[in-house]
Amino acid sequence: MNIVVCIKQVPGTTQVKINPETGTLIRDGVEAVVNPFDEYAIEEAVRIKERVGGTVKVITMGPPQADAALRSAISVGADEGYLVSDRAFAGSDTWATSYTLSSAIKTLGKVDLIICGKQAIDGDTAQVGPGVAEMLDIPFVAWVRKVEEVTDASIKVERLMEEGYDVVEMPLPGLITVVKEINEPRIAGLKGKGRAKNAEIKKIDTTNMTVDPERIGLKGSPTQVFRSFVPERKSGGEKISGEAAELAQKAASVIQNLGVVK
Amino acid sequence: MGIQVSLEKCIGCSLCVRSCALGAITVVEKKAVIDTAKCNLCAACLEACKKYQAITITKDSSVKIDVNDWKGVAVFAEQHEGKVAGVSFEMLGEGRKLADQLGEKLIAVLLGSGMEAAAGDLVKFGADKVVYFDSPELARFRDDTYAALMCEFVDADKPAILLAGASAIGRSFIPKVAARVWGGLTADCTKLDIDTEKRLLLGTRPAFGGNLMATIIAPHHRPQIATVRHKVMKAAVRDDSRTGEVVVKKVDAGKIIERTKILDFVKEVESTVNITEADIIVSGGRGMGKAENFSYIRDLAEALGGAVGASRAAVDAGWIPYSHQVGQTGKTVCPKLYIACGISGSVQHMAGMQSSDFIIAINKDPAADIFQIANLGLVGDALQVLPELTKAFKERK
Repeated sequence: MNIVVCIKQVPGTTQVKINPETGTLIRDGVEAVVNPFDEYAIEEAVRIKERVGGTVKVITMGPPQADAALRSAISVGADEGYLVSDRAFAGSDTWATSYTLSSAIKTLGKVDLIICGKQAIDGDTAQVGPGVAEMLDIPFVAWVRKVEEVTDASIKVERLMEEGYDVVEMPLPGLITVVKEINEPRIAGLKGKGRAKNAEIKKIDTTNMTVDPERIGLKGSPTQVFRSFVPERKSGGEKISGEAAELAQKAASVIQNLGVVK
Repeated sequence: MGIQVSLEKCIGCSLCVRSCALGAITVVEKKAVIDTAKCNLCAACLEACKKYQAITITKDSSVKIDVNDWKGVAVFAEQHEGKVAGVSFEMLGEGRKLADQLGEKLIAVLLGSGMEAAAGDLVKFGADKVVYFDSPELARFRDDTYAALMCEFVDADKPAILLAGASAIGRSFIPKVAARVWGGLTADCTKLDIDTEKRLLLGTRPAFGGNLMATIIAPHHRPQIATVRHKVMKAAVRDDSRTGEVVVKKVDAGKIIERTKILDFVKEVESTVNITEADIIVSGGRGMGKAENFSYIRDLAEALGGAVGASRAAVDAGWIPYSHQVGQTGKTVCPKLYIACGISGSVQHMAGMQSSDFIIAINKDPAADIFQIANLGLVGDALQVLPELTKAFKERK
């Protein structure tokens, strides 16, 4: 089974806080991490490999420093890392990213299964996974919370919906995006860390992949940011303390006045 | 093409440096320098530099379509088990507003089976035209089929704007549609507007877990597509005097190529009230102490007619299933009332609920972060306050 995992390097948002005085993002000490949802994707790929055999290739599109994200994936069981990086890709929106990533995946040889995290925590769009599937013209299942069965020809998964889950069967090659519930990612051991350190990260750019220059980077991106701003923060309202019964009475009357309880 | 700093206009004030979430800007010799390898052109610095207007982002586009050929606002009318979903009425309400601003038609697109009456009803809720694809194969959501038919609609009707709910279904197949038609797609919008001069859709959405808002446009591509967060837009109100056209398209089952097969649907017992649809959510966190104590949360939720939510800590502890998790790695909710019990308020949790209309926090720790965004903060033990509150409600009823 040839598995490809698409990952993204994102700012570790646990540290993203707002400076209350200036209302701006505090980015001091914000380190780059592997998008948390992609960690579940990596783990699931490695588990499938351990079950049925095969290789796990991780691929990321980003600046040269995204190399670190690939090594982190290798440290927890991925076999090979591919960095899709070129100045010509700068300014890509989700459409151009899907196009570029799908073009890069075409250079990886036979692919049976592609796994992505459900979304990246910086952009939160959840669009690149389905975009890549569409551009590779392979079937797609979103929000996978469990892989029930994998064979050479198909995969059976549980797809998390709002009110429950679907059991879906998809022929391979295909693409799934996974949610947090799917597994608990392992921690890298010493051996893994050593492997990651010594791994050769292969570069994919416009010289060794085929892309339509009209469809990449800023030029190939339908969307652009018109403006961005820090939202007005809610400031805390009334804060009271007292006996439980008192607090409850206060809350009850406030709720009653909201008129939301039918 | 790209981002430029005007050396004439830049005074080296470094306001832009602080605005940049990616750390791409430094000030060298009193001029801002942008590291284009780090910059993702998010335009936050443009806002910070509004006074001096020293930073500009320019782009040209590969697409040379005539945007004037594309007219009207289309909304995807999502259905579950033959019933039009709540979010679709919000899309109709918002779509009607946008269509009126543009002076164009509102078109509803429904995919289902035996839903002629519901299709007609969409007119009463504001649609000028309803395109109804009918086939037993469309009763359930299926990725390939839904995407193919929506693309067929887009090619035929050429809508300027296409809206869908940011639901599990909408966010699954709409990106496929956008990929295929090279449309501009903005995910999970919380506000929509029209730039009436340029006749462009302005889709505003949270990023960085709600710490940054971005307004996105797609000037050269059509359709301009947006998925829209549930519970943010006002639902359309039924008006039986409205008239419109209903086009029924019988879909030949033989023509449908669907690669995925749905073998089963399992309703989750605890998810009877879907938290993304709920007007009231009572949510519990680490402070609830143990799984059994979640009964206090459930009791109050039941008394108020609300849903049960949870923080990541409570889910990770195994007290409640993941489908109840609110926050960055769970669901984003915006109910009318959110009651956070024993939740300290991590950045990630708050990202998932801070746009709730009214927030009540119950926490023993007076310094808990959750109080910073709570409209009403109760400093006390949730385990004691909750039963009292449930009781108070039962009495008031």
